[in-house]
Amino acid sequence: MNAHLEKGSPGAHGAAHTGNLKDYLIGFGLALILTALPFWLVMGKRVDSSSIAAALILGFAGIQTVVHMVYFLHMNTKSEGGWTLLALLFTTMLLVITLSGSIWVMYHMNHNMMPASMHGMHDMRSMP
Amino acid sequence: MSDLSALSVSEPRFYTTREHHPENGTLLGFWLYLMSDCLIFACLFAAYAVLGRNYADGPAGAQIFDLSTVAVNTSLLLLSSITYGFAMLHMQRGRSRPTLLWLGVTGLLGAGFIFFELREFAHLIAEGDGPQRSAFLSSFFTLVGTHGLHVTFGIIWLATLMVQIGKHGLIAENQRRLMCLSMFWHFLDVVWIGVFSVVYLMGVLS
Repeated sequence: MNAHLEKGSPGAHGAAHTGNLKDYLIGFGLALILTALPFWLVMGKRVDSSSIAAALILGFAGIQTVVHMVYFLHMNTKSEGGWTLLALLFTTMLLVITLSGSIWVMYHMNHNMMPASMHGMHDMRSMP
Repeated sequence: MSDLSALSVSEPRFYTTREHHPENGTLLGFWLYLMSDCLIFACLFAAYAVLGRNYADGPAGAQIFDLSTVAVNTSLLLLSSITYGFAMLHMQRGRSRPTLLWLGVTGLLGAGFIFFELREFAHLIAEGDGPQRSAFLSSFFTLVGTHGLHVTFGIIWLATLMVQIGKHGLIAENQRRLMCLSMFWHFLDVVWIGVFSVVYLMGVLS
């Protein structure tokens, strides 16, 4: 801790926020794989069903987000006495409510508000 | 004598089982700012999710997205994340010259990202597929443009900090500022994961 203070670090927490080389390299390797896989899936047209492909892309994105949080943003349960994690969890909750709520409500609204003449038409491609 | 040694054994000892309370809340405060910024992006993603299929007889994502450009952009941003990490590691050891070098590399990678993004935007607008073409393109330009604007301001901030380090060296204030920018930069990379997955890759699928 003294060594940190001598170099003028803002406090003993400095190390927790800057991480170490091993963490950065592991994170970079994982991020590279998790980025390359979905691009390879889509650009090489590896999956026929687009819904399965979409689920895979979202899955890879979710894992990569966690990898970035842990290895690049040095997220853990102890930093700043746990407050950063609490704030992150709260934000994630609001994020899920905003995204799923918007998609759910707007899907049903589009479905119910469709003019009578268009009831047979299921895709919304021509709607502005 | 035996009394004394018995006393020293039973002397109370203190162990710190948890970290001390941080002396200043800048990093926590900056994290809270990032979380609020995250909500802005959540709203823009929600808008894109709702409007992203309303093409108004205009082009769909599969017709206008060039995935190889997006792949280049994604690698530029990912590389800039690790080069920023290298800068932080040198900062930790108090070496200002390699810190400046890696910050410079990070800035160049960020500028490359902005260059390719602006080129894509200019190409779309020249083809008549600007933000006014359809609800899909409006929400696309808003979401991707907001992210690009964040990266642009990140580069300006980075250049400012490089001048500061050149003038004053790696003083405590500059270290704190570098840590804040580090969080900002890595956060933008996290947002980009969402952009390339949801907008580009899933946009090309349908």
